[in-house]
Amino acid sequence: MTAKTYRTATVLVHQGIDRDPATGASAIPIYQASTYHHVGGRPGEYDYARSGNPSRRQVEDAIALLEGGGRGFAYATGMAAVGSALALLRSGDHLIAPNDLYGGSWRYLSTVLPEQGITVSFVDITDLSRIEEAITPATRAIFLETPSNPLFNITDIRAVTALARQRGLLTLLDNTFMTPLLQRPLELGVDVVIHSATKFLGGHSDLMAGLVTTADPQLAKRLKHFQNAFGAVLAPFDSFLLARGIKTLKLRLETAQRSAQELAERLQCHPAVARVWYPGLADFAGRELHFAQATGAGAVLSFELKEQARVAPLLQQIRLPIIAPSLGGVETILTHCWSMSHAAIPAETKLRLGIRETLLRISVGIEDVEDLWEDLAAAL
Amino acid sequence: MTRNETRTLETRLAQIGVGRDERTGAISFPIYPSATYRHPAVGQSTGYDYTRSGNPTRQVLEAGLAELEGGARARVFASGMAALTTLFLHFSAGDHLIVSEDLYGGTYRVLDQVFAKLGLSVSYVDTTRLAAIESAVTAATVAILIETPGNPLLGVADIAAVAGLCRRRRLLCIVDNTFLTPVLQRPLELGADVVVHSATKYLGGHNDLCSGVLVAREAQLGERLYFLQNATGAVLPPQDCWLLIRSLKTLALRMERHCRSAGEVARRLQRHPQVTAVYYPGLENHPGHELSRRQTSGFGGMLSFRVESPELARQVLEKLRLISFAESLGGVESLMTLPAVQTHADIPEAERLRLGVCESLLRLSVGIESVPDIIADLEQALA
Repeated sequence: MTAKTYRTATVLVHQGIDRDPATGASAIPIYQASTYHHVGGRPGEYDYARSGNPSRRQVEDAIALLEGGGRGFAYATGMAAVGSALALLRSGDHLIAPNDLYGGSWRYLSTVLPEQGITVSFVDITDLSRIEEAITPATRAIFLETPSNPLFNITDIRAVTALARQRGLLTLLDNTFMTPLLQRPLELGVDVVIHSATKFLGGHSDLMAGLVTTADPQLAKRLKHFQNAFGAVLAPFDSFLLARGIKTLKLRLETAQRSAQELAERLQCHPAVARVWYPGLADFAGRELHFAQATGAGAVLSFELKEQARVAPLLQQIRLPIIAPSLGGVETILTHCWSMSHAAIPAETKLRLGIRETLLRISVGIEDVEDLWEDLAAAL
Repeated sequence: MTRNETRTLETRLAQIGVGRDERTGAISFPIYPSATYRHPAVGQSTGYDYTRSGNPTRQVLEAGLAELEGGARARVFASGMAALTTLFLHFSAGDHLIVSEDLYGGTYRVLDQVFAKLGLSVSYVDTTRLAAIESAVTAATVAILIETPGNPLLGVADIAAVAGLCRRRRLLCIVDNTFLTPVLQRPLELGADVVVHSATKYLGGHNDLCSGVLVAREAQLGERLYFLQNATGAVLPPQDCWLLIRSLKTLALRMERHCRSAGEVARRLQRHPQVTAVYYPGLENHPGHELSRRQTSGFGGMLSFRVESPELARQVLEKLRLISFAESLGGVESLMTLPAVQTHADIPEAERLRLGVCESLLRLSVGIESVPDIIADLEQALA
């Protein structure tokens, strides 16, 4: 399929190759082969599965098509994607990253990168002057996450990429919360887009995967080189499952987003709730900026309870959502950020960032919104 | 998930299998590939002995399907035909069945070429007419099997009326619910005894698995179907059970989109100069429109249309770019079929032509792609 001419809903279903060239099969085959016959002793398009695999290629092409990249790369987890994308840096480089980064990325940037001789400054990335202050002659890149997790700070993607271009810096953006359906960072000037495809792209809480894409052929070449050299690639079966998940992304995300809006508004009026963070709320601080660079508010929201004593009973009484880290599944997931998604961040840092023990995050699924609300209201 | 009668279908679908793995809390219920199970001691069982007889992954799927259709028991099989064949094995030599004449060719083939030899006789009737069914009932009749909407002409049978007739004459009422799924049509609530699915279609929904389902309204018949499932063994393997569980989670979303898109495509085709007829229950001029309104909550994603000549039908199939020319239906990808030479090839030509399944009839399974893209592909293929 020549996907570029089709609308997003169609590209999601058909992706790069929508029928197996050999058999016409409607589902792309799961190629479990670890290696490939070299006809006449010469390698073909595929020679060894770490280097390339048709099942993996399907999702790699899909993310490139959806984000407007030139090439895509699939990894075993979201963190493998973050780590592999950050392999674009080298010893002696300096990286600027948000101070309210996802806990897993924070752990990687604050413990693994320094051991490789890469220094990292964690700053309030929503404030352009803070970024400028942090730039040193060694600075090579800026890492972005917007909306941030779990407090929904919004970063002006266009402004940061303009600054980065001016100063010759690379920009990387984790687009997990929005997916290319709602936010297309490459079009806003970002160099490298990263996804934990475990979340909305996979969408069924049943696989782990990471994706990276870029429109820059030089960066793509280096990403490809490192993917092959390091080998944290996505396995064939999970590539198939991820491609399958992507087919229903629009249906899932639009339904979940509608429900998230409804729940955010109702939570805001609930007496036990101190505050709600969701870009779709009329009084959300970053609303205007968010909608200048994204087409939807997404399906994740956070809220804070007035009393800490209510947290444990809520987590005990709630019946429908899964209580777990992760997000983006068809099943609603409730996360106690303090002890789950952001457990890797020290307590004092969390408090400074505003991640308190009373904070809860909901990744809204595709269940009936009234069932979700009844359950939530009863537990509150 | 704890079973909760008040939860809506959407919620139940999204939550199938959630909370069933108590050891780990895994959200996605595990795949149990194990063929057999260790016994704690002589005469003791964990509840699982051998995977043909019972498998934890299959049980989660079967429980979910029973709940969705509102039946006592569901059984899953390796294909839609395996489900039907297992059901037909419930009958005995000398029994007589009444079956919709507007039906899938594979069903016709197994009845005509396999079960006829085993002594089962069949009358094919227009099941959209109750009188036609009644006059076909003989002393040997044991069951009525209806496909509604029919395939490929989308004729609509009155499920409650057929079920009423079955009750009066002590016949088993079987409804093939493949085209609409329990999201749109609930035959057991309308009085049917057994629902059949080719789960390869909408239930699976991604053109990537083959499966069949039987759901019995009463536990007693459910146990009989379990006996036949275990005795003959055409069970669905654990990996595909898991994939089907995954599919069911988005079923409500997919069906809603299929219905909306098929309605738009049907109305567009109706206005196309090269199209001579469109068969879709959602169209006001479809003979089953009013009945569909009463017994279903949506018209589904399947439609058929007739073009001016067999040559034009072949041209359409050759020129399609987005829509695949392939058998099957119900997936997120749009598929087009030429029933006369594909799905219904095993039905004798004279019979086919009498029904109107000629070589200028095309069947379209409308996917979840963007509707303007689907329409653009059809228009360029018809041009």
